[in-house]
Amino acid sequence: MSEVRHHTLSVLVENKAGVLARVTSLFARRNYNIESLAVAPTDDERFSRITIVVDVESAPLEQIVKQLFKLVNVVRISELDPRESVERELIVVTVRAAGETRARVLELVQIFEGKILAVGHSEMTLSLEGAPAKVDDFEALLRPYGIVELQRTGRVALPKLDRSI
Amino acid sequence: MQLNGGQALIKSLEMEGVEVIFGLPGGAILPVYDPIIDSPIRHILVRHEQGAGHMAEGYAHATGRPGVAMVTSGPAATNIVTPLCDAYMDSIPMVVITGQVATAAIGTDAFQECDTVGITRSVTKHNELVTEAADIPRVIREAFHIATTGRPGPVLVDIPKDIVDPNNPRSALDWYWPETLDLPGYAPTTRGHPKKIREAAELICRAERPVIYAGGGILKARAAGALRELAELTGIHVVTTLMARGAFPDSHELALGMPGMHGTYTAITAMQEADLLVALGSRFDDRVTGKLDGFAPEAKIIHVDIDPAEIGKVRRPDVPIVGDCRLVIEELVTAVRDLGGAEAPPDRSAWRSRISGWQERFPLSYEPSEPGDQLKPQYVLEQLRDAPSTPEDTIVVSGVGQHQMWTSQYWRFDHPYTWVNSGGLGTMGFSVPAAIGAKVGMPDRTVWAVDGDGCFQMTAQELVTAAAERIPVKVAILNNAYLGMVRQWQEMFYEERYSEVYLSPDLPDYKMWAEAMGCVGMRVESPEEVAPAIEKANGIADRPVVIDFRTDAREKVFPMVPSGASNSEVVVEPSQRGRRR
Repeated sequence: MSEVRHHTLSVLVENKAGVLARVTSLFARRNYNIESLAVAPTDDERFSRITIVVDVESAPLEQIVKQLFKLVNVVRISELDPRESVERELIVVTVRAAGETRARVLELVQIFEGKILAVGHSEMTLSLEGAPAKVDDFEALLRPYGIVELQRTGRVALPKLDRSI
Repeated sequence: MQLNGGQALIKSLEMEGVEVIFGLPGGAILPVYDPIIDSPIRHILVRHEQGAGHMAEGYAHATGRPGVAMVTSGPAATNIVTPLCDAYMDSIPMVVITGQVATAAIGTDAFQECDTVGITRSVTKHNELVTEAADIPRVIREAFHIATTGRPGPVLVDIPKDIVDPNNPRSALDWYWPETLDLPGYAPTTRGHPKKIREAAELICRAERPVIYAGGGILKARAAGALRELAELTGIHVVTTLMARGAFPDSHELALGMPGMHGTYTAITAMQEADLLVALGSRFDDRVTGKLDGFAPEAKIIHVDIDPAEIGKVRRPDVPIVGDCRLVIEELVTAVRDLGGAEAPPDRSAWRSRISGWQERFPLSYEPSEPGDQLKPQYVLEQLRDAPSTPEDTIVVSGVGQHQMWTSQYWRFDHPYTWVNSGGLGTMGFSVPAAIGAKVGMPDRTVWAVDGDGCFQMTAQELVTAAAERIPVKVAILNNAYLGMVRQWQEMFYEERYSEVYLSPDLPDYKMWAEAMGCVGMRVESPEEVAPAIEKANGIADRPVVIDFRTDAREKVFPMVPSGASNSEVVVEPSQRGRRR
């Protein structure tokens, strides 16, 4: 039970000033690195959802979940098992695409169903939204052409819908 | 009713039943100090903000009611960080109000500005920067609710000047008092799970070598009576941790005293040899467990705590129960009664005789001083404890170090809420202000601070507060002229290389210092002076008293589990070392 792996926590918090700082400083205090973080209001304006990806063993994760839940502004925490949830990430990347490489970059965009956001003389800015593994692949395949700048969002996730009757 | 924010703040404190505020005014909090003049709430003007915080803690320890401290922004707020952390570690209900620069000046590095909520985030149960005057009653109500329910703790409310300043239109509000609270993320579990309680009762009835490991949570939950009922019903012996001294009477036949690094041999060893530990409101602190993988190796664990994060944090329990200690123990008593007679209880006579054997062979002991030698600190404590003029329900307050351990060991705690000390954080300088707070809360009780000379020098200025406010606390300084606990470690583990631990017995002159602060000062150097000095001190009711007891610096605290060692390797007092374990 002690293998290190990605854990995705979906933390529903009150939408108030300073709540994100409370959550992240708890991680810092226990010396856990946050792999990625996404936060935005939910459909109910009183609450925000923070999606945190963290690399820890299972036992310390249980402790951090319990400590998080002690924060007065934290309403609910669920751990999203990757097999039981839908996860999405967004990448925006500027890549070298001059001369003959341009066609190959465009081909990748097509295969991955990405988007072209801007075109320059020798560079293009692309975006892709998808499951984290797909975004990883896209980034890896673009890398040989020369990545000028890159920005990925944190992961956002929701549980898969139960389709049993 | 139209009020300004400052008036609303004081009125909110009145609504919460606050009878006393420990504080010190300054620029940003100035407007709140004006309505205090017209309020029935007593304000005690401290000499340093750390004193205000520890007084609020001492008050809360002794009374069970939340302590309240109020100070200004910037340096005042940073000065109260230590008491906040202390209260957080020891789960003390406390509400601290800090002034803040005006809302528009926040973030501009204004005079006496600091990020108080940022700084105190990790040392409070909750904190809040109030930005609108209209929020003041709600935030104060929430602060008291959060501080006093679930696992108690300190809550800080940061109040910018503009929302309390009557000259600022932003401070105006229509007074209201919230009927209900809207805290969707806060709902402590108080009732234990019935199935788990039944499992716990079964384990208790089957155990051959059970020990109740009672922690500070017993006192927080007002569960001393329930604990006694459980112990007597089951005949199980009880250890009381440093934070739980007084939760179970030391003179009870089932009492084993304090466990841990400086606990009694019997408490430490009974836990080591137990087949069941019933942990009630205790948290498997490193000072109790010693080396964790050698701690109570054969024991199954029942762990009752109101804080789910404590369950399994250190040692994974066999039966986890989240709930209020009093409610859970009462349910446990019922569950054990229901099981009674279902099966024959195991024969625990062998276990009982092992325990009494340890008690006989390894009682707390020290070598009495030779004529002409300096006083033994333990002798002073015995004299103070046994003096006919010292009431049985005296509240004892200590700082941190050797004197704290000796006091915990040698005092006979027979009543809950008679022991006030800094357990988790280990805050030197705690005792003088905490004793003042305890005395304010319990004015009819005798309050003795037993302090070390190192601790005393950290916060002694609050005796000026005590003298000015006519708060007649008594202070016994066990003055060995050293930072004694550090000296003990340097002697035992650093080859007697004493580095920066010598303080001098008479610089300062404690008697003169006490007198300069408006106290009665005394100095005691020989054994025959001890009892008369205590007698005299116990007779003084109109001002604080300080006795400078000159004690032997060579004296060490035993038993001792060396840092990093297992509890099975406990080092006993030298004269007991050859004895069969």
